[in-house]
Amino acid sequence: MSNASAAALAAEQARAPAQIKYRSQAVAKPYFMAAIGLFIGQILFGLIIGLQYVKGDFLFPAISFSTARMVHTNLLIVWLLFGFMGAGYFLIPEECERELYSPKLAIITFWVFLVAGALTIVGYLGLPYNVLAHLTGNDLLPTMGRGYLEQPLITKVGIVLVALSFLFNLSMTLLSGRKTSISIVMLLGLWGLAIFFLFSFVNPNNLVLDKYFWWWVVHLWVEGVWELIMGAMLAFVLVKVTGVDREIIEKWLYLIIAMTLITGIIGTGHHYFWIGTPAYWQVWGSIFSALEPVPFFMMTMFAFNMVKRRRRAHPNQAATLWALGTGVMSFLGAGVWGFLGTLSVVNYYTHGTQLTASHGHMAFYGAYAMVVLTMISYTMPLLRGREANSPQAQKVEKLAFWVMTLSIVGITLFLTAAGATQVWLQRMSSTPLSFMETQDHIMPLYWARLVCGLSFFSGLVLYVISFFVTGKRED
Amino acid sequence: MSASFTKSTARNIFYGGSVFFFLLFLGLTLDTTMALPSHNAKAKLTDAAVRGKKIWETRNCGGCHTLLGEGAFFAPELGNVYVRRGPDFIKGWMKAMPTNVPGRRQMPQFHLNDGELDDVVAFLKYTSEINTNNWPPNIQG
Repeated sequence: MSNASAAALAAEQARAPAQIKYRSQAVAKPYFMAAIGLFIGQILFGLIIGLQYVKGDFLFPAISFSTARMVHTNLLIVWLLFGFMGAGYFLIPEECERELYSPKLAIITFWVFLVAGALTIVGYLGLPYNVLAHLTGNDLLPTMGRGYLEQPLITKVGIVLVALSFLFNLSMTLLSGRKTSISIVMLLGLWGLAIFFLFSFVNPNNLVLDKYFWWWVVHLWVEGVWELIMGAMLAFVLVKVTGVDREIIEKWLYLIIAMTLITGIIGTGHHYFWIGTPAYWQVWGSIFSALEPVPFFMMTMFAFNMVKRRRRAHPNQAATLWALGTGVMSFLGAGVWGFLGTLSVVNYYTHGTQLTASHGHMAFYGAYAMVVLTMISYTMPLLRGREANSPQAQKVEKLAFWVMTLSIVGITLFLTAAGATQVWLQRMSSTPLSFMETQDHIMPLYWARLVCGLSFFSGLVLYVISFFVTGKRED
Repeated sequence: MSASFTKSTARNIFYGGSVFFFLLFLGLTLDTTMALPSHNAKAKLTDAAVRGKKIWETRNCGGCHTLLGEGAFFAPELGNVYVRRGPDFIKGWMKAMPTNVPGRRQMPQFHLNDGELDDVVAFLKYTSEINTNNWPPNIQG
């Protein structure tokens, strides 16, 4: 099909009214709206800490760096969880060919999660962290104050309850409906997410064991079970927008997630090089994590292959762009940038530097932010009663895609340069500089990163604007 | 992919591979936990160090600093700060915060009493004695 005729067909289909197949899928909408709202909050706090890197006393003592960073990373997790949940509530009924077990429970869960999340953020910003810890029962079971798991005990318990209600709802739907590979993989990923979160309650006094099991949440999430969720969502959207035979797509899905877990589980070892664990982890961790880019490379191949083989021109071209973007950016961020520092001989110098931050930014955006945005891009028009947004709205959305994606590339490259400088001056020089002296040399790069952060935010604003572009209708 | 390579083959690789490697991971975990007492014989986890760890956590120190390379990258690595600076400097530094130097990165004043400061130092001393396979590369962290 030529591009011109595809575009004409797409424009025609875009005008046709469309509906979601099952009414209960509509519960996904508030989840996606909350996800986007929290995403905006995440980026605003990212800008605050980006500015604090260059103007160290900015907002001090009202919002210290540690508080702002905690809000930045916690909002990231929570908005992605809202996205995963919305995706689950949309995807599972459609794959199972039946209504959701309980739409009412899904809405109750939504409000509980949103209010609990908001109260937690208010607690972070309004109270000294140790007072918050004391008020919320951290003395009963200390779990707070570890990266990404800073939530108060009662919030953690709340997250477990929300997750159980969500999984109960989806599992009951799946049990009485059609069981496709996509829905099974999605649920396996979500159950894994909930099970490994239980390790956030494990906090041994022995720092080595504390760190060891901390990674059972953090690594086994993002380099393990989350990739199952990601693969399922990507496969779902690709089935829809390309019309390629489900058997082929599901075969790819299984192969990708097989490689994910085969490499990723033992790949946890790349976090065990220097935290007080036996030295053999350097061998296991290096070998298996060096293979971790493989599933991400397959993800890229998968997305491009399926789009190339497409049997229909879906009118939602923006969703296709997001799907392809996810493939490429997750490979670059998680695969290539992950590999850069993963071999123990290299990691010895790069561990805990801005190189870690550079990988983190591109990997989280490329893999998880983008796949949620892919899902939102495909489902939101349907949830709003049309097959696809108007070409004008899609044009704005595609522009937002490019601004955000190129900005994150900028952030990653500047942080990579920052990390390389840090390694050189602080760790490899024969007259090593102190941490803070080294930071002074990196300032111009931090400024450049901040500019890219502002540009990312403008892309995000464009993205939100795209929801309000109605476009001209010819009829 | 050839036609003989079916979806169920791919599915079996997924289930078989995941279970196999997860069991292997559990085995390595068991070995690690059993090897730890001797591997970290030097690092004595005293009661003071345990109290210090809790202070470290409830002041969100990892929100700015790294500890054995993990945490935030805004402030210096503290896994070896006991060796780099010594106990008195650490206590004096925390008491003198914030510096209020315009434009400089600021550390909050946590109002710890002398006993709590000693606990923090005990925790950092314990951390510095963990066998990290010779990381960080030099004293600067």
